[in-house]
Amino acid sequence: MNVGVIVFPGSNCDHDAYHVVRHVAGFPARFIWHKETALGDVDLVIVPGGFSYGDYLRAGAVARFSPIMSRVTAFARNGGLVLGICNGFQVLCEAGLLPGALLRNADLRFVCRWVHLRAERTDTPFTGAMKPGQVIRVPVAHGEGNYFASDATLDRLERDGRTVFRYCDEAGAPTRRANPNGSSRNIAGIINREGNVLGMMPHPERCAESVLGGVDGMLVFRSLMAWAAARHLPAQHAAA
Amino acid sequence: MHSYKARITVTLRPSILDPQGKAAHRALTNLGFSTVQEVRVGKVVEMVLHEPSLEAARAAAEAACQKLLANPVMEDYAVTVRRVPEIAAAS
Repeated sequence: MNVGVIVFPGSNCDHDAYHVVRHVAGFPARFIWHKETALGDVDLVIVPGGFSYGDYLRAGAVARFSPIMSRVTAFARNGGLVLGICNGFQVLCEAGLLPGALLRNADLRFVCRWVHLRAERTDTPFTGAMKPGQVIRVPVAHGEGNYFASDATLDRLERDGRTVFRYCDEAGAPTRRANPNGSSRNIAGIINREGNVLGMMPHPERCAESVLGGVDGMLVFRSLMAWAAARHLPAQHAAA
Repeated sequence: MHSYKARITVTLRPSILDPQGKAAHRALTNLGFSTVQEVRVGKVVEMVLHEPSLEAARAAAEAACQKLLANPVMEDYAVTVRRVPEIAAAS
């Protein structure tokens, strides 16, 4: 499975994402500068975390108009896999690939800590290696992660089973205390109706190796590895 | 062509909690501004446009809001446009 990691001016988790997909998961991977006008041969696009365009105007608002984003949108509409992490989630919402928006954290503070997430969908390419309801431990680091959508949209997301990750306590209860940013209904990650575009505020790429204090993030990448293997997409990058 | 200045205010929609406004309100109350009932914090964007008419300038500013400057999921915007002394177009 060929992976493309989009790089905007101000992206700062692009190397982390690249490192995990290439050196830990073993996928062929490359960076794609935001001014490029073609994605090339990719099966998965990662829109990484960071502060694209300094978060000016709104997080993700300017990046969403980068030349590469029209290609990412076409790729997604065509069924291609897209994973937006943190700022990447904000960009996908601004681009209209996912509903809702990420507001300033309710307590106005930048939050940087470990959280627990409950996996509510395990039949997606991003979560197939998880058990239904599994609680995973993943870090967050953001100032605008307060997921907001109209009540009608939230109801629809829940009814359609599109709330893939919810902030919860260690036991899996989505309590107010476990919610790091005020997100509506403790939502930490959502998927589009077709099931190929996932956006999440927490950082799975920051906890995919034990040296980093946790490996639960690897479940996302292991899910993608299994998904790719089932489709006979090359799992290993060519030996140098 | 004439020069117009558009002043755009972008605020969180009324249904959305504005923690910045709340914090400012609390601070004002602590400072003795006891009559303040509510505070909402937003942002202001000023643009100078070269357009043939006030209507065209207003339409351009509205389009800019809808496309980029405001996110209708969470924000409302208001536009005022006025004619200003000619400002040379950027070459």
